[in-house]
Formats: sequence, C-alpha cells, structure tokens
Amino acid sequence: MHRPIHELSAAYRRGDLTPVAVAEDYLARIGAFDGKVGAYLTVVREQALAAARESELRWRAGSPRGPLDGAPIALKDVLCTAGVRTTAGSRMLERFVPPYDATIVERLRAAGAVVLGKTNLDEFAMGSSTEHSAFHPTRNPWDLARVPGGSSGGSAAAVAGGLAAGAYGSDTGGSIRQPAAFCGVVGLKPTYGRVSRYGLIALASSLDQIGPFAQDVADTALLLGVVAGHDRRDATSIQAPVPDYAAELTKGVAGLTLGLPDEYFIDGMDPDVERAVRQAIEVLQGLGARIERVSLPTTRHSLAAYYVILPAEASSNLARYDGVKFGLRVPGRDLVEMQSRTRAAGFGAEVKRRIMLGTYALSAGYYDAYYGKAQSVRTLVRREFAAAFARVDLIVAPTTPNVAFKHGEKEDPLSMYLNDVFTIPGNLAGIPGVSVPCGFSAAGLPIGLQVLGRPLDEARVLRAAYAYEQATTWRSRRPELA
Amino acid sequence: MIDRKDVEHVARLTRLALTEPELERMREQLNSILAHLDTLRAVPTEGVEPTSHAVDVVNVMREDEPAPCLPRDVALANAPDPSDGLFRVPRIIEE
Amino acid sequence: MSAAASRYETVIGLEVHAQLSTRSKMFCGCPTTFGAPPNTQTCPVCLGMPGVLPVVNRRAVEFGIRTALAFSCRVNEACRFARKHYYYPDMPKNYQISQYEEPLAEDGFLEIDVEGGARSIGIQRLHLEEDVGKLLHEGTLETAQASLVDFNRSGVALMETVSRPDLSSPAEAASYLRAFRSVLIFLGVCDGNMEEGSLRCDANVSIRPRGSAPLGTKVEIKNLNSFRNVQRALEFEVRRQAQALDAGERIVQETRLWEADRGYTRSMRTKEFAHDYRYFPEPDLVPLQIDRRWVEEIRAELPELPRAWRRRAVAQYGLPPYDAEVLTQSRALVDYYEAALRESSQASGAGTDRPKVLSNWIMSELLRVLPGDDERAIKSSPIPPRHLVGLLQLIENSTISGKIAKDVFQKMFDTGQDARTIVEREGLTQVADEGALGRVIDSVMAANPKAIEDYRRGKKEAKGALIGQVMKETRGKANPALVNRLLEDKLSQT
Ligand SMILES: [Mg+2]
Ligand SMILES: [Zn+2]
Repeated sequence: MHRPIHELSAAYRRGDLTPVAVAEDYLARIGAFDGKVGAYLTVVREQALAAARESELRWRAGSPRGPLDGAPIALKDVLCTAGVRTTAGSRMLERFVPPYDATIVERLRAAGAVVLGKTNLDEFAMGSSTEHSAFHPTRNPWDLARVPGGSSGGSAAAVAGGLAAGAYGSDTGGSIRQPAAFCGVVGLKPTYGRVSRYGLIALASSLDQIGPFAQDVADTALLLGVVAGHDRRDATSIQAPVPDYAAELTKGVAGLTLGLPDEYFIDGMDPDVERAVRQAIEVLQGLGARIERVSLPTTRHSLAAYYVILPAEASSNLARYDGVKFGLRVPGRDLVEMQSRTRAAGFGAEVKRRIMLGTYALSAGYYDAYYGKAQSVRTLVRREFAAAFARVDLIVAPTTPNVAFKHGEKEDPLSMYLNDVFTIPGNLAGIPGVSVPCGFSAAGLPIGLQVLGRPLDEARVLRAAYAYEQATTWRSRRPELA
Repeated sequence: MIDRKDVEHVARLTRLALTEPELERMREQLNSILAHLDTLRAVPTEGVEPTSHAVDVVNVMREDEPAPCLPRDVALANAPDPSDGLFRVPRIIEE
Repeated sequence: MSAAASRYETVIGLEVHAQLSTRSKMFCGCPTTFGAPPNTQTCPVCLGMPGVLPVVNRRAVEFGIRTALAFSCRVNEACRFARKHYYYPDMPKNYQISQYEEPLAEDGFLEIDVEGGARSIGIQRLHLEEDVGKLLHEGTLETAQASLVDFNRSGVALMETVSRPDLSSPAEAASYLRAFRSVLIFLGVCDGNMEEGSLRCDANVSIRPRGSAPLGTKVEIKNLNSFRNVQRALEFEVRRQAQALDAGERIVQETRLWEADRGYTRSMRTKEFAHDYRYFPEPDLVPLQIDRRWVEEIRAELPELPRAWRRRAVAQYGLPPYDAEVLTQSRALVDYYEAALRESSQASGAGTDRPKVLSNWIMSELLRVLPGDDERAIKSSPIPPRHLVGLLQLIENSTISGKIAKDVFQKMFDTGQDARTIVEREGLTQVADEGALGRVIDSVMAANPKAIEDYRRGKKEAKGALIGQVMKETRGKANPALVNRLLEDKLSQT
C-alpha cells in the first residue's frame, strides 16, 4: 500500500482503500522494518489510528478536507507537536513535551493528515548524516550500511522505506534536499518565509525553512500547498498568495531557460553523480528547455559564510537550554555549575562544537571579521543568483557532490560540511530548491538533481521537476527492506 | 589561532563545562575550522550591505491585543524543578 | 555645598527603563496585569520555549515614537531589533530582544527646572526591548540556597531611554527623573508607578577635579527605584569616589548595586567577560521602516506636556508655580484639576479665587488621602471633581464653615456621596438665622458677665472667648462672621 498520496486519496474516493487500513499498514511496516532503518524517534500509534478513523468518516460522508485527508505522514522531530514529545534528536529535550502545535502541524491536522510519528535527525539539525542523533543513527533504506543524509534523515528514510507516505523536514543548509537525494525521494526547500517557522525548533533562524519529502513531485506540490502561506505568528513569513502548485505541474519545460552553473561541477565530485546530472539536463533539453551556462562565483565562499552564520545563530538559539525551564537538568552546587553541567551533558559533540564556534564568532572583537563579513558575502550570493535569474528561469545542478556514504566514514567535521556545498547557496539566498531522483550510481545508490528557482517561484521549480520525473522511470525502483 | 585560554573563555561565556581532553580537542577543531572560515577575508565586500534576512519583508507588527495564556500547570509541566507555581533554580552566585 | 562637591565636578547620566502601558506584552499576546499569581501570564513565546517566534507589538512602537517626539528626538527611518546575550535565570531565552545599533530614536532633550532656571538634558537614544521575569530568593540573594522564577513580567514591553552625561548633581538627577516620569505619564505611555517597577533607573557616575577636562572613570549604579534612592545613592557614590580620589586611589570601572536598606553601593564583582553581549540583528524579526506619515499622525496627537501646562496654568489661572509643579506629578491630577475648574465655571458663586482655592483643596486635602503619583487612584477618586466643587460652593454660600468642610470632605471620601447630601443628612448646615443665633448669644452673654466686663474695660480678646462659647453651643455650625457681627452689635448696645 506504499504509494503516493494522490493515489491514496483517489483510492479513498473510490472506496478501494480506507485511511484506517492504510494507517494500519504503515504502522505494521514501521513495526516490521523500523528496527533496521531507525527512521522514527516516536511513533504515535493510537493518535494516528484515531485520526485515520476520523478521516475515514469524512471520506465515507463524501466530505474529505482535501487531498491530504487520511494521508499518513511523518514529522521531523524539530516540529513541535502538542502533547507529543519533541526531542530535536537531543538528550537535552528527551522528555520535552510541547504545550503547542507548530503552525504547520496545525495546518496538517486541519487538512486531515494522519501523523504517524516523529522522525530522527542529527541533534538540533546539525549534521548531514543523521549519525549525530543522541538516540540512534538512521540507516539508508537502499543500503543499511550507509547514511540517509541529514539532518532530516529520518523523514527521508521513512518515505524511501515505505514507513510514511510523505514527511516534513527542515532545511538550513540542505537538510531536506541532501537526504532526499541520498534516499531517492523528492525533497523541497521552499523560499525562506514561504512556510511558517512557528514551532520549528530553531537552528539558524535566518536560514531555516520547513519543507516536504514525497514519493513523487505531484505529492510534493500537495504537501507544500497545505502548509505554505502567511502566518501572523512568524514575522518573517511572506504575505503572498499560495498558488495551486498541483495545477501548475503539467505546464512542461518547453520554452524555459535553465541555467547550468559552472561552479556546481567541481573536481572531486563523484563521476556517477556528474554523469547522471548531465544526462538529466539532456532529458530536460529534449523536453524543450533551453540550457544556458551561468556563473555563481561566490559559491566557493558560501560554505565558509554558512559556517559562520549557522553556528552564530545556533549558539544564540540554543542558549535557552540551561536546565531552568524545560528539558534536562544536571544538578550543581550553584546556578552556573548546574547550567554548565546540564549543557555539557545535554548536548553532543557536534552541537557543542558549533555553539563554541558561534559564540566565538559573535564575541567582542570578532563580529565584523566573521558574522558581519559572512552576511556581506551572503549579499554577494543573493546578487549573483538575482543576476542569473534575470537571464534564466531556473538553475539546474547536482544536489550533492556524491552519493550516500558509509556510517562512520566522515569523522572529520570539515569533510562532513563539504556535503552541503551545492545546497547551502540556496539557503543563503533564501530561494526555493527541489531535489528529484535522477538515477543511480554504479553501486545502486540514488542520485539527486537539484532545481533552484527565483524567490516564491516554487510552482516553476516543481513544474520542471515534474516534467523530468514524468519523462523518466527512476521512481519505479524501490529499496527492498524485507 | 585561538589558544586554550580563548577556548576556556568561550566555554564560560556559553555555560559549557568541558573536560580537559574536550578543551584540547575543541581547540584543535576550532582552529582547523577557523582556518577555513578565514578564507572569507579574501572576499572583497567593501560597501556591500550585510544581508540579515533573505526576504525583503519589513514592518511586520501585531495589534496590541491580549491573547489567552497557558494554564500555570502547563507552563510548568516541563520544568525540571517546579515549586509552588514557580521555577526553582539552585543558588545564584554573582559572577 | 559639600566639601566633595566643591573640589570635584560630578557627571551623571541616567538610563531609565519604562514599562509601556500596552495591553499585551512586547512580542506575544500575554496580558501585563501587575500582581497576578506567579507564572499565570505566560505563553510558549514569553517562556522562550523551543520553536517560538516573537512578533512586535505595534502599540509599543507607537508609544516609543510618541515619547521620542515629546523629547524632540529624531525618529530613525529604519530601526531593527538585536539579541543581547547573557545568562540569567529570569531571562528565558538567555538573550534579550533589544535594540542596539539602530534604535528607534536618537538625539533629543528634556528640560528640567533647577535652581536658577531651566536646563536642557540631552537624550542620547531611546529604544524598545523586552523585560525579564522576576527572581524571588529564599532569603536574600547572598544567603538563598535556591531562587524561584516568575515569568509573568517576562516579555513586557520596555522603553529604555539613555540620557547624555549632562546631569551635574544628584539633585539634578532626581529632578530629571521626576520630569521624565511626568512626561511619560502625560503621554499615557507609562503609569510611572515606581513601587511596581514601572520605572527603573540606572545611573552612570563619574567625578573629576573641578576644571579638569577629561571625564573621570565611570561607575554604573543599578537598582535606583525611587526618586529618593536616586538622590541618596548618587550622593553616596559621589562621596565614595571623592574619598577614594582624595586617598590617592583610582576609581575602578564597575557596576555597583545600591542597597537601599543599608544606604550604600556595593560592587557587583562583575567579571569583564560578562559584558560580552554578542549582539547581532534579531533574525526572527524584520526591520522596521518607520512611515513618516505615521510619525506625523502621532505628532499631531501629542498631548500638552507638563512644562507647557505649568506655564499655561501660571499665566491663565494665576496659579503659583509651586502649585502647578505639584499638580503635574500626574496626568490624572491635572485632569482632575481641569475638570474641577470646568465644573466650577459652570457653578454659581463668583468673586472667589476658584483656581487657587481648588489647588489648595487638592494639595492639602485630596493629596492627604490619595497618593498624587498614582494615576489609577486619582482617576478613581471617591470624590470626583464635581463633588469637590459642590463642597466649595457650600463654603462660599456660607452653608457650612471651612472647618466643618474638612469633616465633610473626609465623609465624602469615605462614602462617595456629595457634600450637600452629607451636610443635610447630618444637619451640619451653619446656623445663619439671625434670630436663632441672637438667642444663643443672649444666653452666652447672660452666662458670662465677667467676659463682658473685661471686654468693656478694653480687653478685646474677651470677645474671642464669647465667640468660642457660641460656636461650642452651636456645635461649630454657626457662621463665624455672623456671630462676630451680632456679638459686636450686642456688646456696643448695652
Ligand atoms: Mg536595556
Ligand atoms: Zn506570552
């Protein structure tokens, strides 16, 4: 029964399937396979079944709330869920139960979606492999010895492994697109401000954005449409109407100009990846798109700028975890000792490293050299994208320089950071980007094609991804977990 | 290059109790990362305005209208040491 | 002038945090009612819970602009919020959303009255920020084994105003704070209640040898939460610094805490690193671009400010400057006074100096029973302006004496009833009937032949004793002027 949501809802309408049967099936698969994959941190079986039963009544009455009614989905465990623990993959929040729902969770519930549970991630979304969860690593359904990518690795693995029909994650420097590429699913990072961040446990506030994982592009459009739009509780959310993404999908790429950035094909990248992406571009050309070379020279400084901005903002966002109001407390003789011990015990090595780095970068005398400088570099990145988008409609590139690596393979933090070189610029510029499967490596590991668009141009990004997807058959290949 | 004293200072600023070996490892790793970040210095950014928001939204404000609060037991439900409707913390020694 | 003051020049700047009278907090919808049970006015946002985001309260910005205009500040076209980091358990996020490099307004002034005229005190900047919660210690901070946090106040809208170091004495500092408070109250942006912490003051103080150019080392003093404390703490600190300089010591740049109960300032032993606030622009809030039309709308609605009112009251009502000063300690008091004047002009009884009589009654009687600086108390006074005017009319038309009027005033305050109702119910009307009074005087004279004898022999004070007897007989209700006239008639007849 693991099939795209638009097929599930068609089956609900026809009466061939019911939300309860589908939810039970997913829960059974989770029971059978999640021990291997480790996609979930929390499964809310009873709540899911209750939601499915309500959905079933609506379908039976002929009044479903929309295309997501009865769709079993998973949420990255940085999205706050009222009454359901939300850990951010950290010991610090192991027992934290939010008293409120994130805006997107509210919208999903209102749309009738069935939340199956909360998915694993690198602690506080810091990482690219989901090995840095405080609880357990998540494995790539295509090869359990490999990582699913990260930080939203649990959500990507759940969709790839048939443990959820769709899922949501957050993308600060590629945390949706990179795991989507590694797991062979579709993953979209919307324009910064398109989806409310209210209730998303913050990593780097100026970069974080919530987005969907899906089995295909049509589902991605549905999952985006339900959660996109202005929210009064998020001052950075954009007040622009939400287009009917699904309706725009079929317009094709004929007549569109696609930019091919020189800087996204680098020495040292996996030749399988380069080959697959170049072939994908030929497919798009065959569909009537024009290809034009563009240059985004500041790309090579993006990683450094990102690794200033992210730790700086993260060090600030994570200051609240101090054993006073919520989360872990390790006793101490006095307040400072309690707080320092709590933070030492509650945070993992990568989180501590970034907190230290960010605190240093913001501290007296270093602001201009680091944070200020990085924000100016960010302006250059934005300008370059703007200049490119004056000439082209979309930019196409690989999502990652390589395919999923083995657990424990990237011990050195810097080599791990390099995984995100192609996704980070999109976050710095705040533009939308999707990763869509575009083939497999010789070892049978998925490869992702990244399509980037102008701010708020998700419709066109999805349209190109859809055209490509429909012209190829990659999505018919599935990992075998049994 | 940052030295041990810098690392200790930053750890104190951000309330992280690091062990001796952690401090040493942190010093090494921070230096290696900072060496990479220092490549930023080469980027000419004179006269380039910093971007703190990727979107050009301004003037977002809410009306001054009171909204419901959390019930007190809910506000304190996650507190490590609730005490009579208050959050209890160990004694404060001024720094 | 004290010895220290003669050798050294004092340089003081004040930072005032004013709690804005908004209905909800700075960045969330929680109400701001004072005195609610601990942690009952909180939500995920002001508890700093994971995932929450702030949204700016428009009225707080409006109040900031209104105040900035009153102080003739430049309202910046663009301003933004920043995060200020330090760890303290009353601050839920361990950073405060404040304004740093781009404050709401800059470069204004406040005129204060000092001996020998007016002085203009520069205002360097005015910015908005959020308040922190409240810490309760089990014992004192030093002895407490634990502390307790109440986050009700966390996130309440604050306006911080930093003066230039233009104040040259503790008395001037207190006078600045008084004038400042009065302006805020007139603007309706802050209730000015210092006991409830609506207005909190920190000071920067340095001294330098008289005539020397460079500024001395500045010391920050915290916890100055009343006018009296501002003056006392600064006087203490100026003395302490002068003694240190006299002894050849150097002043250490530091933060000191005023211990009001013990009457001294003490070092907070703050390590230098605690001041590394790591400011950066608040990424969860977008910049504000203050619309000029909005500013002009706010300017057009600025109320009359205390100085202007005082000037007008002196010129137009003939009030003594002292009275005007007393009345402007709160907006409500001035409103009360103006309402009473309006009532009075509609009421009968000309020929008396109503503006002055009214201010007398307000200063000596109303402010005896109500705190003049408490807006709420004045606004909800059990004696409304109309009742006070009614009372004055009864005095003017001789229905009651001034002495009885004071008792009636107290009864009005206790019961909320008007003067006439009380006077009639309690039979307090002056005996002004010549016949009735004449009979009382006759009997008093008959009973006191000795006093009449004395009077006739030229001992004029004997008349006073007779008047006293008459007043006693009438239990104070006799009209004293009438008694005097009738008695003189009778004494001269025989
Ligand atoms: Mg302040
Ligand atoms: Zn609140």
